[in-house]
Amino acid sequence: MVPATPPFASVPTHRPTYTGRVRRLWASPAVRIGASIAVATGLYGVSFGALAVASGLSVPQTMALSLLMFTGGSQFAFIGVISGGGTGSAAFGAATLLGLRNAVYGTQINRMLKTRWPLKLAAAHVTIDESTATAVGQEDPDEQRRGFWVAGVGIYVLWNAFSLLGAILGGALGDPARWGLDGAAVAAFLGLLWPRLKGREPVAIAVVCALVTVLAVPHLPPGVPILVAGLVAAVWGWISHGRADEGLEPDVDPYPSDGHGPTDPTHGEVR
Amino acid sequence: MSTGIWFWILLACAVAFLTKLVGHLVPARLLEDERMTRVAGALTIGLLASLVAMNTVSSGQQVVLDARLGALVAAAIALVLRAPFLVVVLVGAGAAALLRLTGIG
Repeated sequence: MVPATPPFASVPTHRPTYTGRVRRLWASPAVRIGASIAVATGLYGVSFGALAVASGLSVPQTMALSLLMFTGGSQFAFIGVISGGGTGSAAFGAATLLGLRNAVYGTQINRMLKTRWPLKLAAAHVTIDESTATAVGQEDPDEQRRGFWVAGVGIYVLWNAFSLLGAILGGALGDPARWGLDGAAVAAFLGLLWPRLKGREPVAIAVVCALVTVLAVPHLPPGVPILVAGLVAAVWGWISHGRADEGLEPDVDPYPSDGHGPTDPTHGEVR
Repeated sequence: MSTGIWFWILLACAVAFLTKLVGHLVPARLLEDERMTRVAGALTIGLLASLVAMNTVSSGQQVVLDARLGALVAAAIALVLRAPFLVVVLVGAGAAALLRLTGIG
């Protein structure tokens, strides 16, 4: 007797269709989270593009930063120093120091994904706050891998597309001050800082470093006060005994917890 | 500044990539040392706070209080109200532009 064919057997599982594959991929929570994080983060590339042009960079220079540097905080730091009248070397220093946390993310991703050459090069390039946070939030190794790549590559594509859009729009705006673009830069840096102020110690570090900067501005060449504040922060981190991972939060949190604020002990403990 | 700045842009891009790659290459125990992680985290917070301060009050080597201070306050309010990043940036721009338009900044 021929066994009855179950109804779902008519679907050829051995050769899935394209839409079938996409549908299955979409069923993965890591893919969905990675994709939504990519959209949210990629979109604000528009503010980077506009501010970069307002700081005096050309459109190709702006795009070089988005394509090659590809780590939002450092990109904003670079143009933030330039727009304040700082030198290229001071901008380089600020961007480099702000990018150091990516080395920590690199070790986490390498341990989770165990990528091989030459894929390791691509993995390294898209190792940023958001792709790392997406991967770290997953338990299953396959999900970690999917989350990392969808967030990383997705942000890369959208961040660059929206940087270009912002650079072109910013160039068309004309006088930056008239449109409040200097106020936009202030807001952008505060927006990057905000998610990292979880706990009393991060707030204290932020307040002290902001004060150091204001006090140093009249006495040092533009851009250099940022490096002094960086030194203060590094020494603080070296001697402190607080939570090890404070400051290492993504700008857009893939797994937002309810209580954002200074006393949210549950957040980011695995990071 | 256009030619000199290209040098620093490309150097900063190269170093940024190498920083990420180093994390993927060195044994985890070297960088996952708690102290290094703390330094990296504190550095991130301190530099961003410094960039907030510098972009709010500095004008070359002078400390100037102007419309940008209003932008800072407006952005903070937007963040307390949990506005998304892009909205926060627009609120900051709007506040600075509005204050200037009214002649306060």
